[in-house]
Amino acid sequence: MTAVAWARSNLFRNRRDAVTTIVAGLIVGWVLYRTARFVVVTGRWEVVRTNLTLFLVGRYPNGDQWRVAVVAIGAGFVAGLVAGQVARRRLGAAIANGTPLPTVPFTDRVRDVVARYWPALTLLLLLLLLARTASPWLLAAATIAATVAGRLLGARTPRRVGWAIFALPAVLPLAVLPFLTDPLGWDRWGGMMLTLLLASVSMIACFPLGVLLALGRRSTLPALRAVSIGVIEFFRGIPLVVLVLMSDVALGFFFPRDLLPGKVVRVIVAFTIFTAAYVAEIVRGGLQSVPRGQTEAAQALGLSPVRITGLIVLPQALRNVIPALVGQFISLFKDTTLVFIIGFLDVLSVADNVTKQPEFRGQGLIAETLVFAALLFWVGSYTLSRESQRIERKLGVGTR
Amino acid sequence: MVVAFGLWLAGNVRANSAKTNIPLSFDYLDQPATFPIAGSSFRPTQSVRDAIVVGLGNTVRVALAGIVLATVLGTLIGIARLSTNWLVSRAAKVYVELFRNVPVLVLVVFAYLAVFLRLPRLEDATTVSGLLVISVRAVAVPWARTDGRGWLVLGILVVAVAAAVAVARWRHRAFDRTGQPAFAGVAATVAFVAVVAAAFLATGGPVDVTAPHLDGRVLRGGIAMPPEYAALLCALALYTASHVAEIVRGSIQAVPKGQNEAATALALSSGQRMRQVVLPQAMRIAVPALANQYLNLTKNSSLAVAISYFELTKVTQVSIASRAPAVPSYLLLMVIYLALSLTISAITNQVNRRLALVER
Repeated sequence: MTAVAWARSNLFRNRRDAVTTIVAGLIVGWVLYRTARFVVVTGRWEVVRTNLTLFLVGRYPNGDQWRVAVVAIGAGFVAGLVAGQVARRRLGAAIANGTPLPTVPFTDRVRDVVARYWPALTLLLLLLLLARTASPWLLAAATIAATVAGRLLGARTPRRVGWAIFALPAVLPLAVLPFLTDPLGWDRWGGMMLTLLLASVSMIACFPLGVLLALGRRSTLPALRAVSIGVIEFFRGIPLVVLVLMSDVALGFFFPRDLLPGKVVRVIVAFTIFTAAYVAEIVRGGLQSVPRGQTEAAQALGLSPVRITGLIVLPQALRNVIPALVGQFISLFKDTTLVFIIGFLDVLSVADNVTKQPEFRGQGLIAETLVFAALLFWVGSYTLSRESQRIERKLGVGTR
Repeated sequence: MVVAFGLWLAGNVRANSAKTNIPLSFDYLDQPATFPIAGSSFRPTQSVRDAIVVGLGNTVRVALAGIVLATVLGTLIGIARLSTNWLVSRAAKVYVELFRNVPVLVLVVFAYLAVFLRLPRLEDATTVSGLLVISVRAVAVPWARTDGRGWLVLGILVVAVAAAVAVARWRHRAFDRTGQPAFAGVAATVAFVAVVAAAFLATGGPVDVTAPHLDGRVLRGGIAMPPEYAALLCALALYTASHVAEIVRGSIQAVPKGQNEAATALALSSGQRMRQVVLPQAMRIAVPALANQYLNLTKNSSLAVAISYFELTKVTQVSIASRAPAVPSYLLLMVIYLALSLTISAITNQVNRRLALVER
């Protein structure tokens, strides 16, 4: 279709459509012009450039940043392993079904990766261009190499040991924490690293709690059901801000002085309980979507109630709610900014603080730093939500 | 086990409060607050109870305005998203993806620090054709005020609405009987306007609509919004609108295609198709999800703590800082939020039931 024909059918279908296009075009053009002018001409990005490290890892000591690098490379490797194993299993399933997957040429695969991850890749490139030394480039290259190596290795790992690969992303964050906290302790973490720490630990911790609450809500024991409903509805009814503030000020009253955990752990507890209540409702929806016949068939086979839940009902229920769970985790990722309110040095607080540095004070640079902070979150959240839509399509939830 | 854990926590609270000499009772509510609240007539000598009431009023104010704005904006963008015009649907999509994936707190802080605090001073405020006054001190819009006879205005409005409903019923019945076009909406509007106009003429106009204007260095007329309020409202409305837009789009797409095709076959115009066939059915699907967004918006209004707008949470935070005991304060705060949440879900459940009744 030529450009003219395309424009005629999409922009100038009839007279009203043409007027709409022109009016909308003027507005969009003006917004685009202002945005481009801000990014290229009027925006003073020196403040971001100078404080890039602060944005990413907070006040993590310079001499220990190799630890972060090691973890980044390791994370890339594990992500590659998982992707490789998933691809292997899909291939195996396709062969078993007698419908081998078509081979995709290499250039198409690269194009696919770029189409899927363009925001993350653009951000990576931007960060590298802003960097003043060569080490970020080396780190990026090493991480990409590790990811590719993991992908190749994952595709060659037999299915028998493959389950261990899927357990890695859940177990590893807990294992690397002591390694990362060693020089600083966690109460002085900051930047994007703090955000990722809060989000990932809360995610991993809230999931079992949420599943237990969902099962409790469907339990036949009235006391257990009442407690579960009470906990779920209570924490869904109050704002997260209140919980975060409480974790800072009032949680100390609920524990003996010597048992009271540090600030970061306290706020993680707040995030975990809050998200668990939402996860519980999502999982409950999933449990309700599993047909009764499944339970009855399992009972007919003589399985114990625990096994029915664990082996028959829960796997199907969780599979149905993966997109909703990812959505919840995205909100958790964004909500970690609330620690700004209680004085943590997270990305948002870095964005606020760096405008008060002596060389940048009083220049009104808050727009620049906040846009950069928003960009960091936007890329993470947008990529996750796109991936979740992909999983949704792949699983065919609702169309089967 | 749960009960034992609860008792253990309660015991700890009691022990800690004895140790630190911070009481657990609610007596502090009657103590003087000792802090002022910007943008209200609240005096530091008034009690903490009064401060919390002022905070509750501010929460309700920002939540209600936010819900209205987010619904209107979100519905427009949701419909734009489905437009056959490429530019319009693209722009709507970019809006949704942009605002949905940014933390709402970042939006709130951005709106406050980077937009509303950067506005010109009151002396050289921007005025838009006598309708808006935009300055760092306040953003003012036209507003209606009653001359002390508020109950009279309320009474007139109630009578007018009743008249409009009666006329609409009558026209609907006429339509059912005769099949002639009923113009129920037009007739009801005429009835409403007629009643209001007649009553205002009779009582000599108890309502006074004023546009804001600068009188030297004083802002007169209209209603002035402090930058904290305006920033919070804008950020919450823009953020929630992106979620509402997705809900509206999904709900419209969930209406079976046959409905649209049948409406086309009946030669309804595209506007009639949308208003009379698709949107009413989409609304039914959208209400539970919208209710959730309204709840979220209300709870997100607590983000005001970051920009010092004195709603419930900020008032509680400040009162704790000026020596109100933390545990009872937070308990009270949580109970108030629970009550707000339950109220909103009760209202939306009611709406949901009314809409669902239509279904066969």
